[in-house]
Amino acid sequence: MIKFIDEYRAPELINQVTARIRAITPARPINLMEVCGGHTITIFKFGLKKLLPENINLISGPGCPVCVTATEFIDRAIALAKLPDVIITTFGDMLRVPGSRASLLTAMAEGGDVRICYSPMDALEIAVNNPAKEVVFLGIGFETTAPTTAAAVLAAAGNSIANFSALTTHKTMPMAMKTLLDAGEIDLHGFICPGHVTTITGPEIYQFIADDYKIPCVVAGFEPLDMLTAIYMLVKQIAESRAEVENQYCRAVKPGGNRPARTIMAEVFEACDSIWRGLGNIPASGLRIRDKYRDWDAGRKFKVGIPPSRPNPGCICGAVMRGVKIPPDCRLFGKTCTPESPEGACMVSAEGACATYFAYRKIEDCEL
Amino acid sequence: MCLAVPMRIVAIDANRAKAEVGGVLYNANLDFLPDARIGDYIIVHAGFALEKLDEAVALENLAAWQEVTDDAQTNHLRRPV
Repeated sequence: MIKFIDEYRAPELINQVTARIRAITPARPINLMEVCGGHTITIFKFGLKKLLPENINLISGPGCPVCVTATEFIDRAIALAKLPDVIITTFGDMLRVPGSRASLLTAMAEGGDVRICYSPMDALEIAVNNPAKEVVFLGIGFETTAPTTAAAVLAAAGNSIANFSALTTHKTMPMAMKTLLDAGEIDLHGFICPGHVTTITGPEIYQFIADDYKIPCVVAGFEPLDMLTAIYMLVKQIAESRAEVENQYCRAVKPGGNRPARTIMAEVFEACDSIWRGLGNIPASGLRIRDKYRDWDAGRKFKVGIPPSRPNPGCICGAVMRGVKIPPDCRLFGKTCTPESPEGACMVSAEGACATYFAYRKIEDCEL
Repeated sequence: MCLAVPMRIVAIDANRAKAEVGGVLYNANLDFLPDARIGDYIIVHAGFALEKLDEAVALENLAAWQEVTDDAQTNHLRRPV
């Protein structure tokens, strides 16, 4: 019986695909960008770069939600953690992200009640079990995660759970990809599009990139065979001078995406401008809670003053996320900035470009 | 972050499923996948089933790679969207 994991790691198929890639790759530099941290991990963990022709350059884009979260959001979450009778609930990788002056982990050490949860529904359960406390869920993530926060807000509203709220900084992918292209800092020839974001949105959201920018887009799964197949499909488009949206991950991604999830997301959220660490403010690239659900919006429920945010001046996470620099270019990388003691957000999350480079630095031959 | 793990549904109670991977059971909310059934493979993210995995499509694509000997035979990969 198929398990949907091992089949996509079979060496004979991997060899088959890499041989096909070699056979069709034109002899010129080909820059492909992945905009999903999960893809970054697969590329490094399975050493995919070493299997590809040298002129195929894989560039990590702004695909790690923890990494693109603005310093100001962390500062606000820390301020909420310091309020009496507030429990902060969050995905684990937010804990060590540096704010201007501290992290949530420091707030925890100073007595703040910060709890890790796996699902926003777990946060809702904590609220039900602690009626005398205010439970704030930190809603971060792209289109994959935003509907889960929306579902928790809807459940809270539907069951009149008044002590639950969400502080959200959910972001959406297409405008960030457009911003990267418009900035013109890098010469891109193809996008490896995020598989799980696209299960929700459908592949249609990338059509403008193929149509207006003439850049091929292939939606990819997360196993080595998935990614290599997607790279093959991109190179084939490039070799044939086509620019289309194709779907490699068709076992999971359906045309139109997941309609119930999109309906729930649209019920709770509306588009707004959003600040991305490294990219700045991008119009219509974020999601905010609609007025109808304002009672469950922690940003409006709790008024906390925070001093102006102060990003670390030595950190080049921004340039790394725009694909302009790679982590070993940073003078902090592996020296004062390590996974144990991160200075920049990209070193915190396992899927941040700096953390992956650091974890697999021997394979990547990068010197510290 | 957008990690989603393939699991098989072993039990369903209203909008909550129990799903199994590697002998470990997880809860999966079915709000996004109301027509899921016991035995379906699903991908789970942050406690929610995002989508069903289509076994027929997966097997077809895996089998096709085994037979490819030149690039004219890879058109099966092209799924217009």
